[in-house]
Amino acid sequence: MIKLKKLSNSQLAIPLLALFLVIIFNLFRDVGFFSISVIRNNYGNLVLSGNIISILNGGSELAVLAIAMTLVTSATKGQDISVGALAAIAGSVFVRILRANQITMPVILLAFLAACIVAILFALFTGTLVAFFNIQPMIASLILFTAGRPIAYWINGGATPTVESPLLDCIGSFIPGIPIPSPILIVIIFGIFVSLVLRFTNLGLYTQAVGINERAARLNGINPVFIKLLSFIILGVCVAIAGCINVCRIGLINHETILIDIEMDAILAVAIGGNSLSGGKFRLAGSVIGAYIIQALTITLYAMKVPSTAVKAYKAIVIIAIVVIGSPVVHKYAHEFREKFFKKPMTVTENN
Amino acid sequence: MTNKTAKNLFSEILKKKPEEPISSTALLMIITVCAFVVMYLLAMAVWGGGFLNPQQFFDIFNNNAYLIVISCGLTVVMIGAGIDISVGGMIALVTMTCVVFLEDHGGSIIGSMFLALGIGLAVGVVQGYLVSYLKIQPFIVTLGGMFFARGMTTIVSGVPRTVTSKAFLAIKNFRIIIPGIGTYGKAGNFIPVKIEPGVIIALVIVLVIWWISKWTRFGRNLYAVGGNSQSALMLGINVRRTTFFSYVISGVLAGIGGYIYLLHTGAGNASNATAAEMQAIAASIIGGTLLNGGVGSVIGTLFGVLSLKTISNIVIASGLREPYWQSITTGLMLCFFILLQSVILAIRKKKGICS
Repeated sequence: MIKLKKLSNSQLAIPLLALFLVIIFNLFRDVGFFSISVIRNNYGNLVLSGNIISILNGGSELAVLAIAMTLVTSATKGQDISVGALAAIAGSVFVRILRANQITMPVILLAFLAACIVAILFALFTGTLVAFFNIQPMIASLILFTAGRPIAYWINGGATPTVESPLLDCIGSFIPGIPIPSPILIVIIFGIFVSLVLRFTNLGLYTQAVGINERAARLNGINPVFIKLLSFIILGVCVAIAGCINVCRIGLINHETILIDIEMDAILAVAIGGNSLSGGKFRLAGSVIGAYIIQALTITLYAMKVPSTAVKAYKAIVIIAIVVIGSPVVHKYAHEFREKFFKKPMTVTENN
Repeated sequence: MTNKTAKNLFSEILKKKPEEPISSTALLMIITVCAFVVMYLLAMAVWGGGFLNPQQFFDIFNNNAYLIVISCGLTVVMIGAGIDISVGGMIALVTMTCVVFLEDHGGSIIGSMFLALGIGLAVGVVQGYLVSYLKIQPFIVTLGGMFFARGMTTIVSGVPRTVTSKAFLAIKNFRIIIPGIGTYGKAGNFIPVKIEPGVIIALVIVLVIWWISKWTRFGRNLYAVGGNSQSALMLGINVRRTTFFSYVISGVLAGIGGYIYLLHTGAGNASNATAAEMQAIAASIIGGTLLNGGVGSVIGTLFGVLSLKTISNIVIASGLREPYWQSITTGLMLCFFILLQSVILAIRKKKGICS
């Protein structure tokens, strides 16, 4: 009972409850939704397939971006809305280098590194505005939100080139012999790496300190400017990973449509994960769960044969319902309600 | 000595003590207005041609009346330290619903106007309630509003629709002639400048909102709440009601903006006004509104929209016709204004002038 109470007060209560509701809803709707089957794909490999796999697979980019967005939100008390545009730039650089060379493993690594560096530079542009000039992150990233996709257009000369290679398929879909889609593996490896970094360094502590009270952090010897820039560097790396996964998955770069509207979903994931959008304390696990909730919602709606353009409306209703349930005012009302009806009046116990 | 008399004369003209600094709102607004005038004069001098034609100047109004209206709503919300990104989706929803109402249900024009206002009011009230009374982050609430509006648009009608009603087309094609301003055609005949009725509505709304923000209790409360909601609460201002009404105003203006958009294009489409919310935010920022709240004015926002669109015209006039150049220059201009404002505010803070 105490454990249950502890859980209901913890930050993860809302995302877990939401995930639970989505699962329950699907159980009542159609149990077959959860079936996982082993099929043979076009290359003759045995692979897993099913709705759960496609939720985990399709949510990879969102999960990676949600991790970055959580750190930026925590340190800078604002959100970066240019991640989609930055992913387009990173993907364009990746494709441009791949097309200029014979595609081999070192070349892919080199292209990824180049994409990383370019994405970090662009993220640092926003980061500089935020850290040195004290501009709100949303406004600072509005610049690249407007200009980012046109820059991606310019990198590949306005075309939407394709890249094809079995090596890229290894990253984007399946490695021969392993039945789990590679993007899931990448997210798992990245997630373990990030949690190890947070476990063994002071990054998480310092980031939260800067987000809660910048002045107090500085007086305690933390350099807020450096921490903010560091969160944007991490954002650059995450954006490059997400962009490259997406390019490998679909085999081409379209600067207009790659990861479109993902910035909104990433911010939503952070909020559904129970993190405050005004900075400070954060739980990465919450954000990642939030990302998969959004993806699960989308896949559920597709499974219900809702047309893809109308999905947004239903998604909005569910998301608003989730944040209303999670809002402190509703919590207070619920608490008062519980006190009133399910508890003995205080005076009686006192008289005893 | 001469310096002193000049100073006195200056203060007498302004009827102000020379020590009293002008407010950040006024300063940022003046910068925007000056920047716009300089930019337009420069364009006239360098590129001439179209920029000398008064019709092209008024076409900026004709094409962007809806943007002016929704930017005003966004400025009101941003002064109150909030944000409303649902306005673009609202325009799409309003245009589509009105078209379907006029075409399929035989609705009257007055009815469609009330429908547009009603949609705006309803969404504004819901968003305002969620933000102010349930204390949910405004970004998430209005993001939900945006998703909802964009999704609902396709549910109302999956295909683009156009209005064919004669009475509506008569209003749509109605033009107001401004006497005295115009150009001479090739045959020597005088072509007066024409503007659309939506422009008049937009300018009236700018004046009304300016009046509200300057001279009513709600307006002054809004600045106080945006500047520091904690102190506003201690002064006895009803913070929640003020925030609530700022979102209602934004919602209603989005409804009106949608109707103006419909009057301009006469079509409902799910991709109407894509990314209009970001343009409106950009216009507000260029017009001197801070996202932190407490600073800004709708007159500045009007000039923000004009600057934003003039720079696009300049880019086209200078021969860079690919659409991506417009986005890049818009980004650069935004960057310039954001840096300028941040530097000015930092200097003022250092000098001890509270902003």
